[in-house]
Amino acid sequence: MQALLDVRKIRQDFPILNRRLNDGKRLVYLDNAATTQKPNEVIDAICRYYSEYNSNIHRAVYQIAEEATEEYEGARENVRKFINAKYQEEIIFTRNTTESINLVAYSWGNANIKKGNTILLTEYEHHSNIVPWQILCKSRGGKIKYLEVDEDGYLDLEALEELLSRKGDGKIKLVSLSEMSNVLGTIFPAREIIRIAHEKNIPVVLDGAQSVPHMKTDVQQTGCDFLAFSAHKMLGPTGVGVLYVKKAILEQMKPFISGGDMIKEVHKENTIFNDLPYRFEGGTPNIADVIGFSSAIKYLNRIGMDNVRDHELEMTAYLLSRIQEIKNIKVYGPKIAKDRGGLVSFNIEGIHPHDCATILNDFGIAIRSGHHCAQVLMEKLDIVASSRASLYIYNTKEEIDILIDALNHARRIFNI
Amino acid sequence: MSEDIYREMILDHYRNPRNKGKIEDPDIRINDSNPLCGDEISIDLKVEGDIIKDIKFDGRGCAISQASASMLTEMVSNKPLTTIKDITKDDVLENIGLTNLGPARIKCALLSLKVLKLGMVKYYVDRDPSSAAQMKDESKVF
Repeated sequence: MQALLDVRKIRQDFPILNRRLNDGKRLVYLDNAATTQKPNEVIDAICRYYSEYNSNIHRAVYQIAEEATEEYEGARENVRKFINAKYQEEIIFTRNTTESINLVAYSWGNANIKKGNTILLTEYEHHSNIVPWQILCKSRGGKIKYLEVDEDGYLDLEALEELLSRKGDGKIKLVSLSEMSNVLGTIFPAREIIRIAHEKNIPVVLDGAQSVPHMKTDVQQTGCDFLAFSAHKMLGPTGVGVLYVKKAILEQMKPFISGGDMIKEVHKENTIFNDLPYRFEGGTPNIADVIGFSSAIKYLNRIGMDNVRDHELEMTAYLLSRIQEIKNIKVYGPKIAKDRGGLVSFNIEGIHPHDCATILNDFGIAIRSGHHCAQVLMEKLDIVASSRASLYIYNTKEEIDILIDALNHARRIFNI
Repeated sequence: MSEDIYREMILDHYRNPRNKGKIEDPDIRINDSNPLCGDEISIDLKVEGDIIKDIKFDGRGCAISQASASMLTEMVSNKPLTTIKDITKDDVLENIGLTNLGPARIKCALLSLKVLKLGMVKYYVDRDPSSAAQMKDESKVF
Protein backbone atom coordinates (compact mmCIF):
# COMPACT_ATOMS: atom_id res chain seq x y z
CA MET A 1 0.00 0.00 0.00
CA GLN A 2 1.29 3.44 -0.81
CA ALA A 3 2.08 5.49 2.24
CA LEU A 4 -0.38 8.28 2.92
CA LEU A 5 2.30 10.86 3.57
CA ASP A 6 5.78 11.09 2.18
CA VAL A 7 7.19 10.80 5.68
CA ARG A 8 10.79 10.52 4.51
CA LYS A 9 10.47 13.85 2.79
CA ILE A 10 8.63 15.40 5.73
CA ARG A 11 11.36 14.26 8.12
CA GLN A 12 13.94 16.19 6.14
CA ASP A 13 12.10 19.39 7.01
CA PHE A 14 12.72 18.86 10.74
CA PRO A 15 16.37 19.46 11.69
CA ILE A 16 15.97 18.02 15.19
CA LEU A 17 15.11 14.61 13.76
CA ASN A 18 18.73 14.32 12.58
CA ARG A 19 20.00 15.00 16.06
CA ARG A 20 22.27 12.35 17.52
CA LEU A 21 21.94 11.98 21.26
CA ASN A 22 24.83 11.52 23.69
CA ASP A 23 25.49 7.90 22.85
CA GLY A 24 25.01 8.37 19.11
CA LYS A 25 21.43 7.18 19.03
CA ARG A 26 18.95 8.95 16.81
CA LEU A 27 16.13 10.79 18.57
CA VAL A 28 12.83 8.87 18.47
CA TYR A 29 10.43 11.62 19.41
CA LEU A 30 7.14 10.26 20.75
CA ASP A 31 6.03 13.12 23.00
CA ASN A 32 4.00 15.07 20.47
CA ALA A 33 1.01 15.48 22.75
CA ALA A 34 3.28 17.62 24.95
CA THR A 35 4.80 19.61 22.11
CA THR A 36 5.69 18.94 18.48
CA GLN A 37 8.93 19.60 16.63
CA LYS A 38 9.29 22.57 14.27
CA PRO A 39 10.05 22.45 10.55
CA ASN A 40 12.75 24.66 9.06
CA GLU A 41 10.27 27.06 7.54
CA VAL A 42 8.75 27.88 10.94
CA ILE A 43 12.18 28.47 12.45
CA ASP A 44 13.14 30.55 9.39
CA ALA A 45 9.98 32.67 9.54
CA ILE A 46 10.80 33.64 13.12
CA CYS A 47 14.42 34.44 12.20
CA ARG A 48 13.28 36.46 9.21
CA TYR A 49 11.01 38.64 11.34
CA TYR A 50 13.84 39.40 13.77
CA SER A 51 16.47 39.93 11.09
CA GLU A 52 14.42 41.76 8.46
CA TYR A 53 11.38 43.59 9.81
CA ASN A 54 11.41 43.48 13.61
CA SER A 55 9.10 46.29 14.78
CA ASN A 56 5.98 46.79 16.83
CA ILE A 57 2.64 46.29 15.10
CA HIS A 58 -0.59 48.23 14.52
CA ARG A 59 0.57 51.81 15.25
CA ALA A 60 3.74 52.80 13.44
CA VAL A 61 3.55 54.05 9.85
CA TYR A 62 7.01 53.16 8.57
CA GLN A 63 7.66 50.32 6.14
CA ILE A 64 8.93 47.51 8.35
CA ALA A 65 6.13 48.11 10.90
CA GLU A 66 3.61 47.82 8.10
CA GLU A 67 5.24 44.58 7.03
CA ALA A 68 5.10 43.23 10.57
CA THR A 69 1.45 44.23 10.97
CA GLU A 70 0.60 42.61 7.68
CA GLU A 71 2.28 39.33 8.67
CA TYR A 72 0.69 39.35 12.13
CA GLU A 73 -2.81 40.03 10.79
CA GLY A 74 -2.14 37.58 7.96
CA ALA A 75 -1.57 34.96 10.64
CA ARG A 76 -5.00 35.76 12.07
CA GLU A 77 -6.56 35.21 8.66
CA ASN A 78 -4.66 31.92 8.30
CA VAL A 79 -5.99 30.75 11.65
CA ARG A 80 -9.52 31.82 10.68
CA LYS A 81 -9.39 29.77 7.51
CA PHE A 82 -7.74 26.84 9.28
CA ILE A 83 -10.66 26.44 11.69
CA ASN A 84 -13.22 27.86 9.24
CA ALA A 85 -14.37 30.69 11.50
CA LYS A 86 -16.73 33.17 9.90
CA TYR A 87 -14.96 36.36 10.95
CA GLN A 88 -11.37 37.37 11.60
CA GLU A 89 -12.52 39.24 14.71
CA GLU A 90 -13.35 35.91 16.27
CA ILE A 91 -9.67 34.95 16.49
CA ILE A 92 -7.78 36.11 19.58
CA PHE A 93 -4.08 35.37 20.06
CA THR A 94 -3.10 34.36 23.58
CA ARG A 95 -0.04 32.66 25.05
CA ASN A 96 -1.45 29.12 25.07
CA THR A 97 -4.57 27.01 25.59
CA THR A 98 -4.41 27.63 29.33
CA GLU A 99 -4.54 31.40 28.85
CA SER A 100 -7.35 31.03 26.32
CA ILE A 101 -9.47 29.12 28.82
CA ASN A 102 -8.60 31.62 31.54
CA LEU A 103 -9.79 34.42 29.27
CA VAL A 104 -13.17 32.70 28.96
CA ALA A 105 -13.36 32.01 32.69
CA TYR A 106 -12.45 35.54 33.75
CA SER A 107 -14.28 37.49 31.09
CA TRP A 108 -17.35 35.44 30.17
CA GLY A 109 -17.41 33.52 33.45
CA ASN A 110 -17.36 36.48 35.81
CA ALA A 111 -20.21 38.12 33.90
CA ASN A 112 -22.37 35.02 33.54
CA ILE A 113 -21.73 32.56 36.38
CA LYS A 114 -23.79 33.33 39.43
CA LYS A 115 -24.37 31.67 42.79
CA GLY A 116 -25.87 28.22 42.31
CA ASN A 117 -24.87 27.90 38.64
CA THR A 118 -23.12 24.73 37.61
CA ILE A 119 -20.32 24.29 35.06
CA LEU A 120 -20.11 20.85 33.50
CA LEU A 121 -16.67 19.38 32.82
CA THR A 122 -15.60 15.78 32.23
CA GLU A 123 -13.40 13.51 34.30
CA TYR A 124 -10.69 13.41 31.65
CA GLU A 125 -9.98 17.15 31.49
CA HIS A 126 -6.46 18.57 31.57
CA HIS A 127 -5.80 20.75 34.62
CA SER A 128 -6.00 23.78 32.33
CA ASN A 129 -9.69 23.04 31.86
CA ILE A 130 -10.36 22.44 35.55
CA VAL A 131 -8.42 24.94 37.65
CA PRO A 132 -9.71 28.19 36.00
CA TRP A 133 -13.28 26.98 36.57
CA GLN A 134 -12.55 26.04 40.19
CA ILE A 135 -11.19 29.54 40.84
CA LEU A 136 -14.18 31.12 39.07
CA CYS A 137 -16.68 29.00 41.00
CA LYS A 138 -14.98 29.76 44.34
CA SER A 139 -15.29 33.49 43.71
CA ARG A 140 -18.79 33.43 42.17
CA GLY A 141 -20.37 30.70 44.29
CA GLY A 142 -20.79 28.33 41.38
CA LYS A 143 -20.37 24.57 41.29
CA ILE A 144 -18.53 22.12 39.06
CA LYS A 145 -19.91 18.79 37.94
CA TYR A 146 -17.91 16.14 36.13
CA LEU A 147 -19.41 13.98 33.42
CA GLU A 148 -18.12 10.45 33.96
CA VAL A 149 -15.93 8.68 31.49
CA ASP A 150 -16.38 4.91 31.27
CA GLU A 151 -13.77 2.11 31.50
CA ASP A 152 -13.04 2.15 27.79
CA GLY A 153 -12.68 5.92 27.65
CA TYR A 154 -16.07 6.96 26.31
CA LEU A 155 -18.70 9.43 27.52
CA ASP A 156 -22.33 8.54 28.09
CA LEU A 157 -24.28 11.00 25.94
CA GLU A 158 -27.59 10.01 27.55
CA ALA A 159 -26.18 10.95 30.94
CA LEU A 160 -25.03 14.23 29.38
CA GLU A 161 -28.51 14.92 28.04
CA GLU A 162 -30.04 14.17 31.43
CA LEU A 163 -27.59 16.50 33.22
CA LEU A 164 -28.13 19.29 30.72
CA SER A 165 -31.92 19.03 31.13
CA ARG A 166 -31.79 19.78 34.86
CA LYS A 167 -33.70 22.86 35.87
CA GLY A 168 -33.63 25.13 38.93
CA ASP A 169 -30.82 24.61 41.40
CA GLY A 170 -28.01 22.72 39.69
CA LYS A 171 -28.91 23.95 36.22
CA ILE A 172 -25.89 23.71 33.93
CA LYS A 173 -24.79 27.14 32.72
CA LEU A 174 -21.74 26.14 30.67
CA VAL A 175 -20.13 23.00 29.29
CA SER A 176 -16.35 22.93 28.87
CA LEU A 177 -14.62 19.84 27.52
CA SER A 178 -11.67 18.64 25.49
CA GLU A 179 -12.38 17.30 22.06
CA MET A 180 -9.62 14.74 22.58
CA SER A 181 -8.25 13.36 25.85
CA ASN A 182 -4.50 13.80 26.31
CA VAL A 183 -4.37 10.56 28.30
CA LEU A 184 -7.04 8.22 26.92
CA GLY A 185 -6.61 9.41 23.36
CA THR A 186 -10.38 9.30 22.84
CA ILE A 187 -11.81 11.68 20.26
CA PHE A 188 -15.18 12.76 21.59
CA PRO A 189 -18.18 13.57 19.40
CA ALA A 190 -17.93 17.35 19.79
CA ARG A 191 -20.60 18.11 17.21
CA GLU A 192 -23.16 15.86 18.87
CA ILE A 193 -22.31 17.11 22.37
CA ILE A 194 -22.63 20.73 21.23
CA ARG A 195 -25.93 20.00 19.47
CA ILE A 196 -27.35 18.55 22.70
CA ALA A 197 -26.09 21.52 24.75
CA HIS A 198 -27.39 24.09 22.26
CA GLU A 199 -30.86 22.50 22.35
CA LYS A 200 -30.88 23.64 25.99
CA ASN A 201 -29.26 26.99 25.15
CA ILE A 202 -26.07 26.07 26.98
CA PRO A 203 -22.82 27.40 25.47
CA VAL A 204 -19.87 25.08 25.00
CA VAL A 205 -16.13 25.69 25.41
CA LEU A 206 -14.08 23.23 23.38
CA ASP A 207 -10.49 22.58 24.45
CA GLY A 208 -8.87 21.75 21.13
CA ALA A 209 -5.27 21.50 22.37
CA GLN A 210 -5.08 17.84 21.35
CA SER A 211 -7.59 17.74 18.50
CA VAL A 212 -6.95 20.83 16.36
CA PRO A 213 -3.34 19.80 15.51
CA HIS A 214 -4.41 16.36 14.33
CA MET A 215 -7.62 16.63 12.34
CA LYS A 216 -9.71 19.01 10.29
CA THR A 217 -11.44 21.62 12.44
CA ASP A 218 -14.56 23.48 11.39
CA VAL A 219 -16.04 25.69 14.10
CA GLN A 220 -19.10 26.48 12.00
CA GLN A 221 -19.85 22.81 11.58
CA THR A 222 -19.24 21.77 15.21
CA GLY A 223 -20.92 24.96 16.38
CA CYS A 224 -18.72 25.46 19.45
CA ASP A 225 -19.01 28.83 21.14
CA PHE A 226 -15.38 28.90 22.27
CA LEU A 227 -12.39 26.96 20.99
CA ALA A 228 -8.95 27.04 22.64
CA PHE A 229 -5.73 25.58 21.25
CA SER A 230 -1.94 26.02 21.21
CA ALA A 231 0.48 26.66 18.34
CA HIS A 232 3.32 24.60 19.76
CA LYS A 233 1.37 21.36 19.55
CA MET A 234 0.98 21.85 15.78
CA LEU A 235 4.51 22.58 14.52
CA GLY A 236 4.40 26.18 15.72
CA PRO A 237 6.46 27.91 18.41
CA THR A 238 5.70 28.01 22.12
CA GLY A 239 4.08 31.11 23.53
CA VAL A 240 1.16 31.37 21.11
CA GLY A 241 -2.36 30.19 21.74
CA VAL A 242 -5.66 30.87 20.09
CA LEU A 243 -9.07 31.56 21.47
CA TYR A 244 -11.94 31.48 19.02
CA VAL A 245 -15.17 33.03 20.27
CA LYS A 246 -18.41 33.30 18.33
CA LYS A 247 -18.79 36.95 17.42
CA ALA A 248 -22.20 37.46 19.04
CA ILE A 249 -20.74 36.26 22.35
CA LEU A 250 -17.46 38.09 21.99
CA GLU A 251 -19.26 41.39 21.46
CA GLN A 252 -20.73 41.06 24.96
CA MET A 253 -17.47 40.16 26.67
CA LYS A 254 -15.32 42.54 28.71
CA PRO A 255 -11.53 42.65 28.28
CA PHE A 256 -9.42 40.24 30.35
CA ILE A 257 -5.94 41.77 30.10
CA SER A 258 -6.02 45.54 29.81
CA GLY A 259 -3.50 48.23 28.98
CA GLY A 260 -1.68 49.04 25.76
CA ASP A 261 -2.92 48.22 22.27
CA MET A 262 -6.41 47.20 23.44
CA ILE A 263 -7.77 50.77 23.65
CA LYS A 264 -9.17 53.43 21.36
CA GLU A 265 -8.99 56.34 23.77
CA VAL A 266 -7.76 56.67 27.32
CA HIS A 267 -8.71 59.60 29.56
CA LYS A 268 -8.06 60.25 33.22
CA GLU A 269 -11.34 58.69 34.31
CA ASN A 270 -12.35 56.35 31.55
CA THR A 271 -11.25 54.37 28.52
CA ILE A 272 -12.89 53.45 25.26
CA PHE A 273 -11.82 49.95 24.30
CA ASN A 274 -10.54 49.00 20.89
CA ASP A 275 -12.59 46.99 18.39
CA LEU A 276 -12.73 43.22 18.25
CA PRO A 277 -10.48 41.29 18.53
CA TYR A 278 -7.83 43.84 19.61
CA ARG A 279 -9.52 44.66 22.88
CA PHE A 280 -8.64 41.12 24.00
CA GLU A 281 -4.96 41.39 23.08
CA GLY A 282 -3.61 43.82 25.68
CA GLY A 283 0.05 44.80 25.36
CA THR A 284 2.57 43.99 22.63
CA PRO A 285 1.77 40.46 21.53
CA ASN A 286 4.18 37.66 20.69
CA ILE A 287 4.65 38.95 17.14
CA ALA A 288 7.54 36.71 16.04
CA ASP A 289 5.93 33.51 17.20
CA VAL A 290 2.51 34.38 15.80
CA ILE A 291 4.28 34.80 12.45
CA GLY A 292 6.03 31.47 13.02
CA PHE A 293 2.68 29.90 13.78
CA SER A 294 1.34 31.24 10.51
CA SER A 295 4.10 29.30 8.73
CA ALA A 296 3.18 26.15 10.63
CA ILE A 297 -0.40 26.46 9.44
CA LYS A 298 0.77 26.89 5.87
CA TYR A 299 2.89 23.75 6.25
CA LEU A 300 -0.05 21.74 7.61
CA ASN A 301 -2.35 23.06 4.88
CA ARG A 302 0.09 21.90 2.26
CA ILE A 303 0.04 18.39 3.70
CA GLY A 304 -3.70 18.50 4.24
CA MET A 305 -5.32 17.85 7.61
CA ASP A 306 -7.22 14.83 6.29
CA ASN A 307 -3.87 13.30 5.33
CA VAL A 308 -2.46 14.15 8.76
CA ARG A 309 -5.38 12.31 10.32
CA ASP A 310 -5.08 9.31 8.00
CA HIS A 311 -1.36 8.94 8.66
CA GLU A 312 -1.88 9.09 12.40
CA LEU A 313 -4.72 6.60 12.20
CA GLU A 314 -2.47 4.14 10.38
CA MET A 315 0.33 4.67 12.91
CA THR A 316 -2.03 4.48 15.90
CA ALA A 317 -3.55 1.22 14.68
CA TYR A 318 -0.03 -0.20 14.30
CA LEU A 319 1.07 1.07 17.72
CA LEU A 320 -2.08 -0.28 19.40
CA SER A 321 -1.68 -3.73 17.90
CA ARG A 322 2.05 -3.99 18.59
CA ILE A 323 1.93 -2.65 22.12
CA GLN A 324 -0.58 -5.28 23.11
CA GLU A 325 1.98 -7.97 22.27
CA ILE A 326 3.80 -6.93 25.44
CA LYS A 327 3.11 -9.08 28.46
CA ASN A 328 1.39 -7.55 31.48
CA ILE A 329 0.65 -4.27 29.73
CA LYS A 330 -2.43 -2.23 30.44
CA VAL A 331 -3.48 0.13 27.66
CA TYR A 332 -5.91 2.92 28.54
CA GLY A 333 -8.68 4.30 26.35
CA PRO A 334 -10.56 2.95 23.35
CA LYS A 335 -9.56 -0.38 21.82
CA ILE A 336 -10.52 0.86 18.36
CA ALA A 337 -7.93 3.03 16.60
CA LYS A 338 -10.45 5.17 14.73
CA ASP A 339 -11.95 6.40 18.01
CA ARG A 340 -8.54 7.73 19.01
CA GLY A 341 -6.11 10.45 18.16
CA GLY A 342 -2.46 9.55 17.77
CA LEU A 343 -1.54 8.69 21.33
CA VAL A 344 -1.48 5.61 23.53
CA SER A 345 -1.12 5.62 27.33
CA PHE A 346 -0.09 2.46 29.11
CA ASN A 347 1.45 0.85 32.17
CA ILE A 348 3.49 -2.34 32.38
CA GLU A 349 2.65 -4.10 35.63
CA GLY A 350 5.59 -3.86 38.01
CA ILE A 351 7.37 -1.03 36.19
CA HIS A 352 6.62 2.51 37.27
CA PRO A 353 6.19 4.83 34.24
CA HIS A 354 9.14 6.96 35.35
CA ASP A 355 11.41 3.95 35.37
CA CYS A 356 9.99 2.96 32.01
CA ALA A 357 10.75 6.39 30.52
CA THR A 358 14.28 6.34 31.97
CA ILE A 359 14.99 2.99 30.30
CA LEU A 360 13.44 4.13 27.01
CA ASN A 361 15.74 7.14 27.08
CA ASP A 362 18.65 4.73 26.57
CA PHE A 363 17.15 3.99 23.16
CA GLY A 364 16.85 7.66 22.28
CA ILE A 365 13.10 7.45 22.80
CA ALA A 366 11.29 10.48 24.20
CA ILE A 367 7.99 9.53 25.80
CA ARG A 368 6.09 11.17 28.62
CA SER A 369 5.49 9.60 32.00
CA GLY A 370 3.51 11.08 34.82
CA HIS A 371 -0.02 12.24 35.50
CA HIS A 372 -0.18 14.26 32.25
CA CYS A 373 -1.86 17.16 34.11
CA ALA A 374 -4.97 15.01 34.42
CA GLN A 375 -5.01 13.98 38.07
CA VAL A 376 -8.82 13.81 38.21
CA LEU A 377 -8.66 11.11 35.53
CA MET A 378 -5.71 9.41 37.27
CA GLU A 379 -7.83 9.10 40.41
CA LYS A 380 -10.64 7.61 38.35
CA LEU A 381 -8.26 5.10 36.76
CA ASP A 382 -6.78 4.48 40.25
CA ILE A 383 -3.22 5.04 39.11
CA VAL A 384 -0.58 7.62 40.03
CA ALA A 385 0.88 7.89 36.57
CA SER A 386 1.10 6.34 33.14
CA SER A 387 3.48 6.30 30.20
CA ARG A 388 2.32 7.91 26.98
CA ALA A 389 3.59 7.64 23.43
CA SER A 390 2.15 10.26 21.10
CA LEU A 391 2.59 10.58 17.34
CA TYR A 392 2.66 13.14 14.60
CA ILE A 393 3.25 13.48 10.87
CA TYR A 394 6.95 12.54 11.03
CA ASN A 395 6.66 9.32 13.02
CA THR A 396 7.20 5.98 11.35
CA LYS A 397 6.44 2.30 11.96
CA GLU A 398 10.18 1.75 12.42
CA GLU A 399 10.10 4.13 15.38
CA ILE A 400 7.18 2.22 16.86
CA ASP A 401 9.21 -0.99 16.46
CA ILE A 402 12.08 0.63 18.37
CA LEU A 403 9.59 1.55 21.12
CA ILE A 404 8.29 -2.02 21.36
CA ASP A 405 11.83 -3.45 21.54
CA ALA A 406 12.71 -0.94 24.25
CA LEU A 407 9.61 -1.83 26.29
CA ASN A 408 10.57 -5.49 26.13
CA HIS A 409 14.06 -4.53 27.24
CA ALA A 410 12.53 -2.71 30.23
CA ARG A 411 10.67 -5.91 31.11
CA ARG A 412 13.91 -7.82 31.03
CA ILE A 413 15.67 -5.31 33.29
CA PHE A 414 12.83 -5.55 35.80
CA ASN A 415 12.74 -9.31 35.32
CA ILE A 416 9.05 -9.50 34.53
CA MET B 1 22.71 3.62 31.02
CA SER B 2 19.71 2.40 32.92
CA GLU B 3 21.35 -0.97 33.68
CA ASP B 4 23.55 1.04 36.03
CA ILE B 5 20.50 2.46 37.75
CA TYR B 6 18.34 -0.61 37.98
CA ARG B 7 20.86 -2.86 39.66
CA GLU B 8 19.83 -5.77 41.83
CA MET B 9 20.06 -3.78 45.06
CA ILE B 10 17.58 -1.14 43.83
CA LEU B 11 15.21 -3.73 42.39
CA ASP B 12 15.42 -5.79 45.58
CA HIS B 13 14.46 -2.83 47.79
CA TYR B 14 11.75 -1.89 45.28
CA ARG B 15 10.20 -5.36 45.29
CA ASN B 16 10.84 -6.14 48.98
CA PRO B 17 10.84 -2.79 50.71
CA ARG B 18 12.13 -2.75 54.28
CA ASN B 19 10.10 -1.02 56.98
CA LYS B 20 7.10 -0.49 54.73
CA GLY B 21 3.75 0.30 56.31
CA LYS B 22 2.38 2.39 59.15
CA ILE B 23 3.12 2.68 62.86
CA GLU B 24 0.18 2.69 65.18
CA ASP B 25 0.18 5.91 67.22
CA PRO B 26 3.44 7.33 65.81
CA ASP B 27 5.26 10.30 67.35
CA ILE B 28 5.79 11.72 63.89
CA ARG B 29 3.65 11.22 60.80
CA ILE B 30 4.54 13.22 57.74
CA ASN B 31 4.09 12.99 54.01
CA ASP B 32 4.93 14.82 50.81
CA SER B 33 4.66 14.27 47.08
CA ASN B 34 6.64 15.05 43.99
CA PRO B 35 4.50 17.38 41.85
CA LEU B 36 6.39 16.29 38.76
CA CYS B 37 5.17 12.72 38.85
CA GLY B 38 2.69 12.52 41.70
CA ASP B 39 4.86 10.08 43.66
CA GLU B 40 4.03 10.08 47.36
CA ILE B 41 5.98 9.09 50.47
CA SER B 42 4.74 9.13 54.04
CA ILE B 43 6.94 8.33 57.01
CA ASP B 44 5.97 7.32 60.54
CA LEU B 45 8.45 7.49 63.42
CA LYS B 46 8.45 6.31 67.01
CA VAL B 47 10.91 8.26 69.11
CA GLU B 48 12.11 7.28 72.58
CA GLY B 49 14.52 9.56 74.40
CA ASP B 50 15.59 11.11 71.11
CA ILE B 51 16.34 7.68 69.57
CA ILE B 52 14.40 6.53 66.49
CA LYS B 53 12.98 3.30 67.89
CA ASP B 54 10.79 2.51 64.89
CA ILE B 55 10.41 3.90 61.40
CA LYS B 56 8.05 2.94 58.62
CA PHE B 57 7.40 4.44 55.21
CA ASP B 58 4.48 4.12 52.86
CA GLY B 59 3.77 5.43 49.40
CA ARG B 60 3.49 4.89 45.71
CA GLY B 61 6.20 5.66 43.24
CA CYS B 62 9.01 4.58 41.00
CA ALA B 63 11.75 2.08 41.81
CA ILE B 64 14.19 4.86 42.67
CA SER B 65 11.92 6.69 45.12
CA GLN B 66 10.71 3.51 46.82
CA ALA B 67 14.12 1.85 47.05
CA SER B 68 15.65 5.07 48.31
CA ALA B 69 12.99 5.35 51.02
CA SER B 70 13.51 1.73 52.02
CA MET B 71 17.27 2.19 52.35
CA LEU B 72 16.88 5.49 54.19
CA THR B 73 14.75 3.84 56.88
CA GLU B 74 17.52 1.29 57.43
CA MET B 75 20.07 4.07 57.60
CA VAL B 76 18.39 5.95 60.49
CA SER B 77 16.78 3.14 62.43
CA ASN B 78 17.92 3.12 66.08
CA LYS B 79 19.94 6.29 65.55
CA PRO B 80 19.42 9.59 67.38
CA LEU B 81 16.78 11.79 65.76
CA THR B 82 19.37 14.54 65.35
CA THR B 83 21.37 12.42 62.88
CA ILE B 84 18.67 13.29 60.33
CA LYS B 85 19.98 16.85 60.46
CA ASP B 86 23.38 15.74 59.20
CA ILE B 87 22.25 13.51 56.35
CA THR B 88 23.05 15.24 53.05
CA LYS B 89 21.69 14.50 49.62
CA ASP B 90 25.07 13.04 48.68
CA ASP B 91 24.88 10.64 51.64
CA VAL B 92 21.58 9.31 50.28
CA LEU B 93 22.76 9.09 46.68
CA GLU B 94 25.94 7.27 47.73
CA ASN B 95 24.00 4.96 50.01
CA ILE B 96 21.76 3.85 47.14
CA GLY B 97 24.64 3.85 44.69
CA LEU B 98 23.14 6.39 42.28
CA THR B 99 25.46 9.34 41.97
CA ASN B 100 24.83 9.97 38.26
CA LEU B 101 21.11 10.69 38.22
CA GLY B 102 19.78 13.49 36.01
CA PRO B 103 18.00 16.50 37.53
CA ALA B 104 14.52 15.01 37.05
CA ARG B 105 15.23 11.61 38.60
CA ILE B 106 17.30 12.99 41.46
CA LYS B 107 14.07 14.34 42.95
CA CYS B 108 12.71 10.79 43.04
CA ALA B 109 15.77 9.62 44.95
CA LEU B 110 15.60 12.45 47.49
CA LEU B 111 11.85 12.59 48.15
CA SER B 112 12.13 10.35 51.22
CA LEU B 113 14.98 12.41 52.70
CA LYS B 114 12.89 15.54 52.20
CA VAL B 115 9.96 13.93 54.01
CA LEU B 116 12.18 12.66 56.82
CA LYS B 117 13.69 16.11 57.40
CA LEU B 118 10.24 17.70 57.36
CA GLY B 119 9.18 15.18 59.99
CA MET B 120 12.14 15.94 62.21
CA VAL B 121 11.51 19.69 61.98
CA LYS B 122 7.84 19.19 62.80
CA TYR B 123 8.77 17.05 65.82
CA TYR B 124 11.02 19.71 67.31
CA VAL B 125 8.79 22.66 66.46
CA ASP B 126 5.72 20.91 67.95
CA ARG B 127 7.63 20.53 71.19
CA ASP B 128 9.23 23.96 71.12
CA PRO B 129 7.37 26.44 68.87
CA SER B 130 10.06 29.05 69.53
CA SER B 131 12.55 26.91 67.57
CA ALA B 132 10.57 27.41 64.34
CA ALA B 133 12.81 30.16 62.99
CA GLN B 134 15.95 28.26 63.86
CA MET B 135 14.64 25.04 62.26
CA LYS B 136 13.31 26.72 59.12
CA ASP B 137 16.21 25.70 56.91
CA GLU B 138 16.74 22.26 58.36
CA SER B 139 14.24 20.58 56.02
CA LYS B 140 15.95 21.81 52.88
CA VAL B 141 17.39 19.02 50.81
CA PHE B 142 18.34 20.82 47.63
